[in-house]
Amino acid sequence: MNNLFETDVQAIKNDVLAHVAKLAYDNELTPANAMKIPEEIIPDGAKPTMRCCIYKERAISAQRVQVAMGGNVSSTAVVQVLPIACDECPADGMKVTETCRGCLAHRCLNACPKDAITFDEKDRRAVIDKTKCIECGRCAAACSYNAIVKHTRPCVRACVPGALKIDMETQKAVIDESKCISCGHCVYQCPFGAIVDKSYITDVIRMINESENNTKYHVYAIIAPAIAAQYDHVKGVTLEKVVTGITKLGFHTAVEAAWGADMVAYLESKELMEKGFLTSSCCPAFVNYIHKSFPKMVQHISHNLSPMAQIGKSLKKMDPGCKTVFVGPCIAKKTELDRGKVSEYIDSVITFEELQALFAAKEVDLASLEETPLDNASYYGRIFARTGGVSEAVGQAYKERGDDFKPNPAVCNGIAECKTALMKANIGKLPNNFIEGMCCENGCIGGPACLNHLPKDAAEITKYGKTAVEQTIMGAISVLEGYEEE
Amino acid sequence: MKVLVCIGSSCHKKGSYRVQERLKELVEEHGLSNEVTFGSAFCLGHCRDGITVSIDDEIITGVGMGNVDQVFEQFILNQE
Repeated sequence: MNNLFETDVQAIKNDVLAHVAKLAYDNELTPANAMKIPEEIIPDGAKPTMRCCIYKERAISAQRVQVAMGGNVSSTAVVQVLPIACDECPADGMKVTETCRGCLAHRCLNACPKDAITFDEKDRRAVIDKTKCIECGRCAAACSYNAIVKHTRPCVRACVPGALKIDMETQKAVIDESKCISCGHCVYQCPFGAIVDKSYITDVIRMINESENNTKYHVYAIIAPAIAAQYDHVKGVTLEKVVTGITKLGFHTAVEAAWGADMVAYLESKELMEKGFLTSSCCPAFVNYIHKSFPKMVQHISHNLSPMAQIGKSLKKMDPGCKTVFVGPCIAKKTELDRGKVSEYIDSVITFEELQALFAAKEVDLASLEETPLDNASYYGRIFARTGGVSEAVGQAYKERGDDFKPNPAVCNGIAECKTALMKANIGKLPNNFIEGMCCENGCIGGPACLNHLPKDAAEITKYGKTAVEQTIMGAISVLEGYEEE
Repeated sequence: MKVLVCIGSSCHKKGSYRVQERLKELVEEHGLSNEVTFGSAFCLGHCRDGITVSIDDEIITGVGMGNVDQVFEQFILNQE
């Protein structure tokens, strides 16, 4: 498969995950065998391709193996820093570059409120005293040559909640768990793959193996609608072939999370009408963000389950004893397992990246497979994967029920917009009655664990929505019973 | 008697919900509501054989609106 991944960072991580998965499938994932993986990936005599020497590359690989097996390297959280891998970025802060001419005007000096700038006696260039600098950026704005830049590490820039800091002594990234919402944006943005998400693939493979080919119990893969934008650019692969591929991994069958989204749209429309103001609850990073940064707003979070948990609940009811595994673009979904009753409905969570690693481990050639249909959800459930979809579906639910309630949604595309809306709502200045919060830009198709992020992803989701047999939310959910019960 | 109609994607696309509704209708018409309980199953594993119904663990494939009445008579009415 060509251009499956967006970057080589993903390919490197995937190689490790696939090695771990293969051993797990074969019931040979002993600590001794796991320790051999770095040497298999970077054998003796190999030339270092990423770091100073193969021994360092192996050391990093060993940490990747540990996290792939669900272990901890720098914390017990889902998002972790691999300390050995985090050492390539220059220190953050204001920096005078080669472009400085050592001019006479010294606008930088005059702009600095802290007297942090002096000039080198020899080359007359500006020098910034880091102990005085407050990184206000005024010197950079004042310089006629744009010679002063503010350097911010990609991970720090990606972290809107402000959980990511650089340890001044070690110069390594450190995550403040009291603020981290596990959105995974730092994981996606780190160009060295030094921030990673803990994997539950070994748990999932154990569930599959112990099901004895789904004879003891069924293992369901609940796939997020963003799946429609993962393999669409790969030659010869269709969504229906991916569904067949999922059964080749040992899952009983694939079920659409979008079907859960149909139920959520219906239930959300009822709750919004009762309460008059609501925030959506389907994006787990958004829910984490409210809990950690806007505690006053927690009371307004929708009480409905997320689409994942909602369909998981239906499956558990329909098929008692079954196991449910969510497969999606989302890293924060892994933290949702700890929220409320979700763990009763969902047994584990893996990402699209991890799904791809399982395909690699089982040597599943997607293009060669026959097609299996995937068709239960409606158009409205499926478009939850892109920004604006939740609001559109909730609006549709009112139409279908014949209620004339007018939802007035604040559609937040990405965490920066979520932050603005929550800050306004927090002080009672938001004119809307519903916040659709999606921490990733463009919605779930912008998720950190998507295989790629292509310009036509949103169009792919709409296309996937339009192929649904069910044209209405009620049509899709009338098949399921008991979804309104607590 | 327990009747499970498959609502997996393949069966759903072929109209399994209408089959289930018709079976419920027939059960009611014949006054069997107390004897027959309905449920859904998510994929009974016969995706390529038409709509699948499980009646007391017996699998019947190839059910459709064309033969649902006959299936009712043969597997539900005559078994009660």
